[in-house]
Amino acid sequence: MKPWKRKGDLVHADIDRQEAAVLRGLVSQIDDMLRARIEETPQDELAELTGIRTGPSTSPDDPILSRLLPDFHRLDDDNPSKADLDSAAVLRSLHEPTLLDLKTGVAAVVLETCPMYGGGIRLSLEQADAWLSALNDVRLALGTAIEVTEDMPDELPDDDPRSPHLSVYHWLTWVQESLVQALSTP
Amino acid sequence: MTAAVDMEQTQATPSGSEVVAEDRPWQTVVWNDPVNLMSYVTYVFQKLFGYSRDQATKLMLDVHHEGKAIVSSGSKDKVEADVAKLHAAGLWATMEHTS
Repeated sequence: MKPWKRKGDLVHADIDRQEAAVLRGLVSQIDDMLRARIEETPQDELAELTGIRTGPSTSPDDPILSRLLPDFHRLDDDNPSKADLDSAAVLRSLHEPTLLDLKTGVAAVVLETCPMYGGGIRLSLEQADAWLSALNDVRLALGTAIEVTEDMPDELPDDDPRSPHLSVYHWLTWVQESLVQALSTP
Repeated sequence: MTAAVDMEQTQATPSGSEVVAEDRPWQTVVWNDPVNLMSYVTYVFQKLFGYSRDQATKLMLDVHHEGKAIVSSGSKDKVEADVAKLHAAGLWATMEHTS
């Protein structure tokens, strides 16, 4: 893949077959995780009646989902206050359904616009923003899984099981950075 | 935060821009994390809050160097909506009472 280019209200790049397969695979995996979280949420009759959806009130156990769906207050102190715990529960159940819709929505944009067997990608600015969010979600997920740190080396020792994943992570970083640059320079 | 390439950092000038007033009882805090790109965080601040590139860059650098920055303040509803938008963008944001 070469850097993204912007022409007016259009952003474009070419992606090769293998890159497309990797990207689509990762985006699909995140999408599956998010949909599983949606399905965990019990449907209640009151919500159907009022149209006000409520999500779960507690953070997902899975560290990746938990990073994608953060709390509204810092609760990782030794002793979060009861007020913060209660408020975070209410805010999560209020906002999580919308957040899940937005995240599965940006994943869908990537899956619709990234050619399955590689080729040209042409995006409107709105679609490009969806790509940025989706790329960021994939990097958050992968970064959490391989425990990325700020001073992560370019390569890990060959015997480190995270090594091949880190290469993919760095590639995604490059794709996202290039897209930010293209969007920032009209 | 991380930079994909060695980016030239604009030196931020310290300013008392973090306004704390009685009519702004809540504030939005963005926390540093090792994944989010410096360029992307700046882009998100510009896009979501309409900050100039300089303002957005200064806030991004605060997050990067200080570990956090207050990026907006106001009523509970406003700050709640700001945190929700930041979560959608993948940033690690929380809300708190102004101290």
